[in-house]
Amino acid sequence: MADKILKKLNIKVWRQNNAKDKGKFETYTIENISTGSSFLEMLDILNNKLILEGKDPIAFDHDCREGICGTCNLYINGRAHGPDTEVTTCQLHMRKFNDGETITIEPWRSKAFPVIKDLIVDRNAFEKILQAGGFISVNTGGVPDANTIPVAYEDAEESMDAAACIGCGACVAACKNASAMLFVAAKVSHLAKLPQGKIEAKKRARNMIAKMDELGFGGCTNTGACEVECPKSISITNIARLNREYLKARFSE
Amino acid sequence: MSKFFTASIGRKLIMSLTGLFLVMFIAVHMTVNLFLIFDDSGELFNRAAHFMATNPAVKIMEPILGLGFLIHILWSFLLEYENWRARPVKYDKKNPEVASSWTSRNMLVLGALILVFLVVHIIQFFWVIKFNPESMKSVVIQGVQMEDTYLLVSDLFKRSVVYDIFYVIGGILLGFHLSHGFWSGFHTLGLSNKNWMSRLQIISRVYAIIIAVGFSVIPLYFLIKF
Ligand code: HEM
Ligand code: SF4
Ligand code: FES
Repeated sequence: MADKILKKLNIKVWRQNNAKDKGKFETYTIENISTGSSFLEMLDILNNKLILEGKDPIAFDHDCREGICGTCNLYINGRAHGPDTEVTTCQLHMRKFNDGETITIEPWRSKAFPVIKDLIVDRNAFEKILQAGGFISVNTGGVPDANTIPVAYEDAEESMDAAACIGCGACVAACKNASAMLFVAAKVSHLAKLPQGKIEAKKRARNMIAKMDELGFGGCTNTGACEVECPKSISITNIARLNREYLKARFSE
Repeated sequence: MSKFFTASIGRKLIMSLTGLFLVMFIAVHMTVNLFLIFDDSGELFNRAAHFMATNPAVKIMEPILGLGFLIHILWSFLLEYENWRARPVKYDKKNPEVASSWTSRNMLVLGALILVFLVVHIIQFFWVIKFNPESMKSVVIQGVQMEDTYLLVSDLFKRSVVYDIFYVIGGILLGFHLSHGFWSGFHTLGLSNKNWMSRLQIISRVYAIIIAVGFSVIPLYFLIKF
């Protein structure tokens, strides 16, 4: 079956030259977009048009285009990664939109994610949080045999679920407080659930939270918006675990 | 420790502890208030109110309760302000309904409205009972002379439809605040996991409905019956 064609779309998009520029919205029209194309393909087509018209193309981040790298971050029509669930923007398709619609595209908005250009934000803050505690110490030497450290099935499952986080930042973007709690909770949880992660458990929770606060992310008020907008459906029960890990670490000081 | 309370989770812990403390208080408060509608002679409620006013344990709890309210309220404004600052440039187009409940996003709005209610409520009853008991009529129950608190409350509810509605709205606002606050408080303490989160959310709703109905039914009772 041939895909339907969207005859005309209005694309209202945030344009900002650099971090210092104030930025503003521009609206472009684009014609004949297949509902089978992805959202990023639609932007590619729009950019081609802009280039032919001698205009500056819209800068947006993307890499894998298969939902695993977490760079394609757009806030579309008031939602992180747009009007679909459990997908990143690159996995969003134009069949989710209607002919004649005005589509508003904004960058992630957070004090800790400053805009670099147009729709691209600097997500180094996540890197800094990981450097503060998202690691385990491993002794040097030969590679240990597989399965020498027993891990309970339930723990392995929960750990893997948390490890599915791709660091895209949709949780921050969707949160009314621009809080990074779901990201930090995922990173703390996937290590806390495994024996290998136990050694640094206390330091990890403390340092990652301290870094998160320092970088200007907001606090969590358990609205649950992050879980809904997370492309990997990371559960907010991980946030309860993070709270527990943190309080344990603090009170055993 | 000082670092603890400046960290986001530490600050949030204070909200949760004071909030859950208020949750316990409000359950006791509602139970006592319900005596108002189970005995039209007012004896039951007057005795309960007299007990609450004279009991040493309650006397000790009173300033702690005041402090609990104060910290909860001041802290909530501070935290919301800081959370607001975490997003200096706001979104142009928002569509938050799909991802979270209105209540969870508007705890401060609900809280501030409850605060307005609280001020009026305190002036109307608590202040009079505490600092101006001479203005109240007194009754003798089982040989003990006490203030007629029942008269103070029931008179207002019989007399004023406006205040009846005001108190019903107060109860409903509190119910909404608690429908999110109750489970959120446990979540913040880390007392939640994949089994207990949905259970806590259900308990939270049930508790909120009990509180909202329990408080609202009192003015409605006097409005309809008298
Ligand atoms: C009087 C004015 C009040 C104000 C201004 C207020 C404000 C707030 C705000 C803004 C929050 C959200 C904080 C957050 O989610 O981080 C909150 C949470 C909460 N409130 Fe209130 N509130 C008030 C009264 C009450 C009362 C009377 C109760 C209980 C009977 C209560 C119980 C709770 C609980 C249990 C939480 C959840 C704490 C958490 O999420 O950890 N509040 N309040
Ligand atoms: S928790 Fe989900 S939304 Fe947040 S960074 Fe990880 S994958 Fe993205
Ligand atoms: S481009 Fe890699 S997740 Fe979308």
